[in-house]
Amino acid sequence: MTEHVSLLLGRLGPDALPFYSWVAFSGALVTLAGGVGFLAVVTWLGQWRALWTGWLTSVDHKRIGIMYIVLALVMLVRGFVDAIMMRLQQALSYNSDGYLPPEHFEQIFSSHGTIMIFFMAMPFMTGLLNYIIPLQIGARDVAFPVLNAISFWLTAAGAGLMLISLVIGRFSTAGWTGYPPYSGVEFTPGVGVDYWIWSIMVSGVGTTMTGINFVVTILRKRAPGMLLMRMPMFTWTGLCSSILIIFAFPALTVATGMLALDRTLGMHFFTNDAGGNMMNYMNLFWIWGHPEVYILILPAFGIFSEVVATFSSKRLFGYPSLVYATAVIAILSFTVWLHHFFTMGASANVNAVFGIATMVIAVPTGVKVFDWLFTMFRGRIRFEPPMLYTIGFMCLFVIGGMSGVLLAIPPINYSTHNTTFLVAHFHNMVIPGVLFGYLAGYMYWFPKAFGFHLDPTWGARSFWFWLIGFLLAFMPLYLLGLMGMPRRMETYGNAEWQPLLIVAFIGACLILMGIVCLVIQLWVSIKYRRALRDTTGDPWDGRTLEWSMPSPPPEWNFDAVPVVTTRDAFHEAKYSGTPMKSVPQPGTLHVPRNSVVGPCMGFGGFCVGFGAVWFIWWLALAGLAVAVGALIGRAFVQNTEREVAPDLGAKTT
Amino acid sequence: MTGPIADAVDALMWQAFGLMLVIVVPVIALTLFIAWRYRASGGSGTHQPDWDHSRAVEITVWGIPVLMIAILATWVWEKTHALDPYKVLPGAKPLQIEAIALDWKWLFIYPELNIGTVNELAFPVGQPVTFRITSEVAMNSFMIPALGGQIYAMAGMETKLNLQANETGTMQGRNMQFSGDGFAGQTFEALSMSQDDFEAWVSKVQDSDTPLDHATFAEVRKPSVDAPVRYFSTVPPDFFSKRVAHFMGMEHEMMHGTKAANE
Ligand code: HEM
Ligand SMILES: [Cu+2]
Repeated sequence: MTEHVSLLLGRLGPDALPFYSWVAFSGALVTLAGGVGFLAVVTWLGQWRALWTGWLTSVDHKRIGIMYIVLALVMLVRGFVDAIMMRLQQALSYNSDGYLPPEHFEQIFSSHGTIMIFFMAMPFMTGLLNYIIPLQIGARDVAFPVLNAISFWLTAAGAGLMLISLVIGRFSTAGWTGYPPYSGVEFTPGVGVDYWIWSIMVSGVGTTMTGINFVVTILRKRAPGMLLMRMPMFTWTGLCSSILIIFAFPALTVATGMLALDRTLGMHFFTNDAGGNMMNYMNLFWIWGHPEVYILILPAFGIFSEVVATFSSKRLFGYPSLVYATAVIAILSFTVWLHHFFTMGASANVNAVFGIATMVIAVPTGVKVFDWLFTMFRGRIRFEPPMLYTIGFMCLFVIGGMSGVLLAIPPINYSTHNTTFLVAHFHNMVIPGVLFGYLAGYMYWFPKAFGFHLDPTWGARSFWFWLIGFLLAFMPLYLLGLMGMPRRMETYGNAEWQPLLIVAFIGACLILMGIVCLVIQLWVSIKYRRALRDTTGDPWDGRTLEWSMPSPPPEWNFDAVPVVTTRDAFHEAKYSGTPMKSVPQPGTLHVPRNSVVGPCMGFGGFCVGFGAVWFIWWLALAGLAVAVGALIGRAFVQNTEREVAPDLGAKTT
Repeated sequence: MTGPIADAVDALMWQAFGLMLVIVVPVIALTLFIAWRYRASGGSGTHQPDWDHSRAVEITVWGIPVLMIAILATWVWEKTHALDPYKVLPGAKPLQIEAIALDWKWLFIYPELNIGTVNELAFPVGQPVTFRITSEVAMNSFMIPALGGQIYAMAGMETKLNLQANETGTMQGRNMQFSGDGFAGQTFEALSMSQDDFEAWVSKVQDSDTPLDHATFAEVRKPSVDAPVRYFSTVPPDFFSKRVAHFMGMEHEMMHGTKAANE
């Protein structure tokens, strides 16, 4: 069963094109049209130069942050299309094949999960960290601006691999977890799993460097007086998240790397025979995987903390508690990975210990919810869209927490594991928790980034659609799970499941409306940006340093770096009438020049991945050469900085 | 349809759910209430913008979750041991059944009765059953949802599950772990029957004209979707253990040798 591998094109041949199903073919066309359309529009507007110098080669953390978020929003749409297709399939496929062949359905749940976690949630989070954290700590940039650009471009390269798998070849059918032995060549030959491996490996390297970058930035680049216990909550959660990235992502890189060795070089780490053991993969994967969910949700907690204090016009309640709770969650997140496979047959002692360890995390999490509640208590609450998302989160998240604790009880887990109860649980965490948090952050900080507000009416509409859509789409899955419905079902013969699955489909349609509202909101706000303009730089009566500068902030962030004397220093200064002191500034500042290293590394990383997927080894080597060459070349660049002279005279407040 | 495990899990679930509702419902209600009462546009609450600390509140907000988790933790410890899937259920001597996951069906072997089936499982009501489980293919997960409990099936490894049905009837059992194209249809019927019916069923299987020899197994092992029920009159001794051992180390070397010779 040896494939034909040519020197020039590896195993790439005409059968790589998606003619196997009309649905996949249309998807490929839409993807292509999207790509070509984008290129056409940029050309038509004659904006190539502006795009290249203003964005693609920029190493400004704010620009990079925005590019991350654009990437995330595009991938959110793609991931959602996958989701609603699955919902439609299951609404139809009682005793029938539905409209998707099994192979295609399997690619869809795998790509949905992979996209949502790696290419929607991670870039969204990284984008927010990028934009906000340097501003919150009073820094002019991140510690390693060029490394930051490289991280972005590697993430984009991973996303590119993910997208191109729809057009050339197929995607994995092994789920977002890629468990062997199923994901080994014996059961899934072809390029699907390789696409999965290389897209997350390439982007994972970028993510690891992001983690390093932000730990160093936060520890080393704070304004004078910004002690750790004066840092805003979002910065704290960003710090913990970045530390988790540094410790967790290597496990993923190793696990997927070993899987790649099994698949490509015929090794036997995780195969059924020759001494391979797939249990090792599951341990490695979840040693990354559980911290990963906290990597995603801690920054969302940070956003909720900022939003709840700002829109309650009140100091954050229990700040030290929140800080300790965050740190405790971060540490404990490494101690619970086994709860993802209680059904593997470990002894009762082992399962009980991990079950209890898991529940312990509910303690600091519960504390956080109470602290937000007490922040609202005796506040003066404004229901702007970010606050709506926060309140929605608080009400829904506790439900997800409850199902999480149930799943952590091993005997209950034995009968709910692998069912839609689990699917409902984690969506209950990632939608109201992670996604609502990021959307709240997006609407909260948008005026800072662009100098005008997002339309609040459409924002509120999007919230209600997401909220109700979420409830309809996922509450039925709890019930279905208790009825024994497994996840990843392409078709089923159980009549009693269908009505609930139809409700879930309607829920997904409402979520679609929520996404449409987000698009309209952006459109309307750009159209009426004059009326929505923010001239103050502080549109929400904010508390933290990012609100002390004009919107959008200058490239160098702070005309003069402030001296911090207390928590919420900006808010204190605003109300006490004594402006913040600042560090004496030299007349001119240095900002990093643009660099092509990022795009080169991204391009190289993409070629390495694509080459390795298709066994086009010359391409993989060439990609590696480009990436390494770019790095070496960078070392010879002398003039890495540019002088700017902030106009200190024109400074406001 | 119930069994002692399913019943105990149900009870535990309600108990834990109830305990948590005691906190979760007030939290949701309070969130909505506070949001309403302290709304900027016409709310009636006082505004205390600098109130950010209270020792009493801190102790309560750490104390309540600690207390709740402490209670839950004792239940976890106790119930995880009580409902350990490896623990043989009390009562009569358990019926031994061996389950082998194939693509995409289940092969069941009754070692004491020396019979086998594909995609049909029968056992006497009220008698404990001990399953030994393995896989010939990708990882599967064995479950009969109505009876509770679930355990992975992995090649070269053996896992165990103990179950029992309290009523007669037909249940659906299945693989819960996605394992490829035929996964959705990888179900089997689990029949809980009276002792007499069970004995009749056993004779029926014994009367089938196919033994599970190597040729039949090779044929059964081929991937197939929605495979029909089959009965095997006899099964070679130690069949299950040999299949488990098959995937472990040594044998592979030998296989490689013969493969190489054939190529
Ligand atoms: C926007 C609304 C969403 C809908 C309607 C939706 C729907 C679904 C559906 C139908 C499945 C398959 C369930 C099954 O296997 O039976 C699924 C799986 C999954 N979803 Fe979502 N989802 C949504 C958002 C998200 C988000 C925001 C994330 C993560 C940040 C996410 C992560 C996942 C993951 C990891 C899986 C598991 C994939 C696998 O089985 O390998 N989803 N989702
Ligand atoms: Cu976990």
